[in-house]
Amino acid sequence: MSVAEKLRGLLLSTPAEGAGGRTGTWRVYRPVINYSKCTKCGICWLYCPENVIEWLEDKSVRIDYNYCKGCGICADVCPVKAIDMVKEGVV
Amino acid sequence: MVGQVSLAKQVRKVLVGDHAVAEAVKLAKVNVISAYPITPQTLIVERISEMIERGELKADYVRVESEFAALATVYGAAAGGARAFTATSSHGLFYMYEMLWWAAASRVPLVMAVVTRVIGPPWNIHDEHTDLLAIRDSGWIIGMAQNVQEAFDMTLTAFKISEDERVLLPVAVGLDGFILSHTAEPLDIPAQEDVDAWLPPRNPKIPYTIEPGGEAITMGNLPRNDVYHAILKKYMDESMEAAKKVIADVYNEYGKLTGRNYGPLTECYRCSDAKYIAISMGAWSGDILNAVERLRNEGYPIGLLRIRYIRPFPEEDITGWINGAKGVIIFDRDYSAGMGGVLASEISGFIPSNTSFEGVLAGIGGFDVSADEFTAIMREFVDRVEREGLVRIRKYWYIPKIER
Amino acid sequence: MGMVTMTELHKYGRTKFIMPGTAACPGCPLQVGMRQLAIALEGKFTMVIPAGCSSIIPGTAPYTAYTVPVLHVPFASSPAVASGLVRAIRQRGNEGPVVVWAGDGATADIGFATLSGAAYRNEDILYIMADNEAYMNTGIQASGTTPWMAWTTTSPKGKAEDKKDVALIMLMHKVPYVATASIAFPMDFIDKVRRAMQIRGFKFIHLHAPCPPGWKMDDAYTIRAARLAVETGAWILWEYNQGKLTISPPSMPYRDKSRRRPLEEYLKIQGRFAHLKPEDIKLMEEKIDRQWDLILKLVEIYK
Ligand SMILES: Cc1ncc(C[n+]2csc(CCOP(=O)(O)OP(=O)(O)O)c2C)c(N)n1
Ligand code: SF4
Ligand code: SF4
Ligand code: SF4
Repeated sequence: MSVAEKLRGLLLSTPAEGAGGRTGTWRVYRPVINYSKCTKCGICWLYCPENVIEWLEDKSVRIDYNYCKGCGICADVCPVKAIDMVKEGVV
Repeated sequence: MVGQVSLAKQVRKVLVGDHAVAEAVKLAKVNVISAYPITPQTLIVERISEMIERGELKADYVRVESEFAALATVYGAAAGGARAFTATSSHGLFYMYEMLWWAAASRVPLVMAVVTRVIGPPWNIHDEHTDLLAIRDSGWIIGMAQNVQEAFDMTLTAFKISEDERVLLPVAVGLDGFILSHTAEPLDIPAQEDVDAWLPPRNPKIPYTIEPGGEAITMGNLPRNDVYHAILKKYMDESMEAAKKVIADVYNEYGKLTGRNYGPLTECYRCSDAKYIAISMGAWSGDILNAVERLRNEGYPIGLLRIRYIRPFPEEDITGWINGAKGVIIFDRDYSAGMGGVLASEISGFIPSNTSFEGVLAGIGGFDVSADEFTAIMREFVDRVEREGLVRIRKYWYIPKIER
Repeated sequence: MGMVTMTELHKYGRTKFIMPGTAACPGCPLQVGMRQLAIALEGKFTMVIPAGCSSIIPGTAPYTAYTVPVLHVPFASSPAVASGLVRAIRQRGNEGPVVVWAGDGATADIGFATLSGAAYRNEDILYIMADNEAYMNTGIQASGTTPWMAWTTTSPKGKAEDKKDVALIMLMHKVPYVATASIAFPMDFIDKVRRAMQIRGFKFIHLHAPCPPGWKMDDAYTIRAARLAVETGAWILWEYNQGKLTISPPSMPYRDKSRRRPLEEYLKIQGRFAHLKPEDIKLMEEKIDRQWDLILKLVEIYK
């Protein structure tokens, strides 16, 4: 193996999900979208620090709970208060 | 591939050491140069600036605000795929300290000239090797020239060594402040076309390039496991070992190109039948060699082992040459506080316990030591060993009497 | 160049410019800002990142959350490293953006000399100073841009010194582009990045980035705090572009002091200001007024 190849994966990293861990497990509060209220504006997508909200083709939004840290920014910025922060484990 | 022997195509010039280094940088067609003024290095970058202004060298000269920035800049250039060069001395080298380690562990090729100089206080611009030797743990390959020709040759070969796929470590080329940097000596300079054939432009992809549109790699984020760090250091160690062979190969090729042959890691003069070995590094080796010749004429069986590269540490050369010797005397123009001479400290571990040994601290602060003085110091050592048997002196401060 | 709109941004609705699953704290402003930067540059750039939270955020090797080529570098070195890098790649004809993404400590304090050098040489770099107003990565110590009276672990009674005005200092370096921005105003920030990238030379954007743990604030308030900073007039959005200095649209209304929201609204959500007395708040307001006077005078000067 050449020196350049040896550096890969040790000194040189490549993009991947979960490089900082399965961060969904950090969550205390879970953002739950009330789709009947949601206007598909995309504001939550724009501000989600974790890039876990997808703003889909039809402009609806979807949260990837594998990595959502439950910060609550999406709920705070939603103009129509369509996101509720629900304590994990509480239905 | 090696070009044909082209002794005929070399030109002889008379240059000071700093200008010889600049000449090597020009011939290596370096892309990015950055440095900051400090005596006695300054002549290098002044000359390079002139070369660029005159269009003799097509390169970016980045006029930075500090040595830290100079090394950071050439490091960035190297990570961006360029062939890059910087130069400094003493305080400037220490101002780079953090970057020295980062650059080496990033495994990008780089070349730096270190024009050796005392570290203050008091302020003192004269020659000492402490600055260069203080970076020896950082991951740089470290050479030290004996004369202007060698300063030139070491600089030119440094690019080839640093960029070698088996090495990929930065190379520091030491030359003694004033004694070489500001002293004019004749030297032979190979023709550009021969150098071009031997040293093609750097391949920017090796070991990696960080550039927009390039592969999405991140250099230097945290390791998932600290053991990664250990593995990387071990790889560095393997490359240092590999560098011994690469240095030999490169000088072999270079010898064919220029007719000049070197050690490559060390050179030993009058050693084959020597019972006593003196060890030194840098320009004063010339004076020590004169002293050795005199002692030979007096019947003393002594030789001189000159260290060309202290990193990678030339362990095999040193143990090979001192094996069976009755006594070893090491000259340090440097001081590791609380320990002694750096070369003596590093080498003493390889000197068998039944071999006599003396570490001499001389020339500290830059004072000249003449061939007469070297003769006397070495004669005294040999006489004492012959008289008393085993002698082990880890540090002997050679401080001449002066008027105060 | 027209303002970017949500309609335009929808095309990035599923693009992961930063991979999910990072090591950042919940509510991290740096990730919000970096994503906006990546959107502005359509994911085609290189980052040089000095020590700071952004060295840790991408997670651990062999993986990284960052999807562009990135060089992590020593704390004080990033402007110099970027200078060398940009020279190297331009020589080979690569005209792509080289971005320094640095914290306030790296920028205003330890890396200030290298920053000044790179700016003065007018290196072709976009420098983003992501200002969370303290050394967050080492545990919330005061930096040169920590605001007056803010609690940090090294200013337990509140910082005695004023916030260093890095953007104005950069303006005095006579670089072609200097702006302030806020993660709460992505359209403004994205537009600024895009305008800046039209220029060859040194571009500096001072991005305000409220940090929940560092500001002793609810994780959900990152954007709220950034927005309140602008709406109370405490953080003024302006842009200097090649000779002309303007107040940016989100800050326009707040030239008029009466339209600013009460400063308390901004301060009260941050635990780092919990110890402020009414007279402190009054003094802080006066400082804000003076800053507006200064910026508005500069608007007159750089017409
Ligand atoms: C030379 C040096 N000194 C100190 C440190 C320790 N250190 C690492 S990050 C950091 C603070 C970074 O603060 P800032 O630049 O504001 O970025 P933030 O972490 O807030 O994003 C410090 C002090 C270091 N890495 N290098
Ligand atoms: S809670 Fe935070 S991380 Fe989770 S989706 Fe909302 S903004 Fe993103
Ligand atoms: S911010 Fe609210 S309304 Fe807009 S897309 Fe998100 S959930 Fe829907
Ligand atoms: S301390 Fe602040 S800036 Fe740093 S990672 Fe956490 S939230 Fe982000």
